Amino acid sequence: MTLPTSGLITINDRGARAATTFGSVSADGGNMVFIKKLTASSSGTLDFVNGTSDVVLDSTYKEYMFTFSSMHPATDGAHFQVGFRDGSTDYDATKTSSFWRGQHEESGSTSKIGYDTDFHLTQSTSFQTIIGSESADNDQASSGYLHLFDPASTTFVKHYIAVVSNSNLNDYARVGYTAGYCNVTAAIDAVQFKMSSGDIDAGTISLYGIL
Amino acid sequence: MSLVKYNDRSIRNLTTAPAAAASSPGALVHIKTLTASSDGTLSFVNGSDSVVLDNTYSVYKFQFINMHPASNGVDFSVGFRDGGSAYDATKTTVSFYAHHRENDETPALTYSAGTDLAQSTAFEQLGADTGNDNDQCHNGEMYLFNPSSTTFVKHFLSVGNSNHADDYMQNHYHSGYCNVTAAIDAVQFKFSSGDIDAGTIKMYGIKES
Repeated sequence: MTLPTSGLITINDRGARAATTFGSVSADGGNMVFIKKLTASSSGTLDFVNGTSDVVLDSTYKEYMFTFSSMHPATDGAHFQVGFRDGSTDYDATKTSSFWRGQHEESGSTSKIGYDTDFHLTQSTSFQTIIGSESADNDQASSGYLHLFDPASTTFVKHYIAVVSNSNLNDYARVGYTAGYCNVTAAIDAVQFKMSSGDIDAGTISLYGIL
Repeated sequence: MSLVKYNDRSIRNLTTAPAAAASSPGALVHIKTLTASSDGTLSFVNGSDSVVLDNTYSVYKFQFINMHPASNGVDFSVGFRDGGSAYDATKTTVSFYAHHRENDETPALTYSAGTDLAQSTAFEQLGADTGNDNDQCHNGEMYLFNPSSTTFVKHFLSVGNSNHADDYMQNHYHSGYCNVTAAIDAVQFKFSSGDIDAGTIKMYGIKES
């Protein structure tokens, strides 16, 4: 058979729309691509490691987003934290960050916004608190999101921005705004979440790539 | 088997999305768009008019596009339904804003004690004093977390930008929680007075959240 090498061969739209796969063309039409969901059940940590358990955390996406839904600590007063891995097995990438928050008591007695030096980091390898003083009451938890930008870069530092709301240990609404960067040029290939003390009793964290 | 070669015209002239593409539309899933036309409220009610607001998703996102009030100087607000027909779930919230006048006066970041709530069933303001000049409006977004939970309180996070009636911009940050363990099955938006003259609210679910 001689195949035509030029000219127009038309098909009707029924033929194309009936296709079930599109070769290498992504079928994800949205700008957010689901990667991995982890559900805590008395878990010490929740880890997203590139190349493990279907996790993608590399140059596939320039931006990643984590969502946190009803994160509940086992221990009263624990802080919800994140760490970034920049080589080896430790989540100890050096970070400099800012943290500020707003809060309002359920009693209505106090309300404020302010910078919080307790939770910012200065060239520290410690975990980053993204909301403080969680409550372990049965109905209290925290929810929010974190954006991580270009973790695979070996040229630039790696920026992150988090916004988290919680129902605080002392029964007030608190919202934390965290921003900073891993001050490393090594790639970030894994992200770990934990409470500063005790387990993550419950809650889900989902990872998305942003197209 | 015969071979068929396609050119790009064949594909770009498609009038129906292929099943393979439609079956996986990305993680941000459009649920419902409501467009105001002199409406008192815009309501997203689980199970009504194709709205899904249950445990199908754990995280929902609302986008507010050009919300224009019929009345001058009114507050764009949200209420959550936790049973019955009223949007009166008890809330404790945090509210602050940055503002800057068009004449360059008084830029500031301020906690807004007048618009936060402490265990209140009132609507939560997401904007304040929006003007009703033809070109003025409120835009922004709001996340709602785990509304179907019957264990935890229900958190929300909102950021918005609006034209104040006195001609300055206000960047609003509102967050907090419905301090109830009953499921939230409906969300309603309105201005504090008068109709929503125009504007669009889009609701999305985030897959696998």
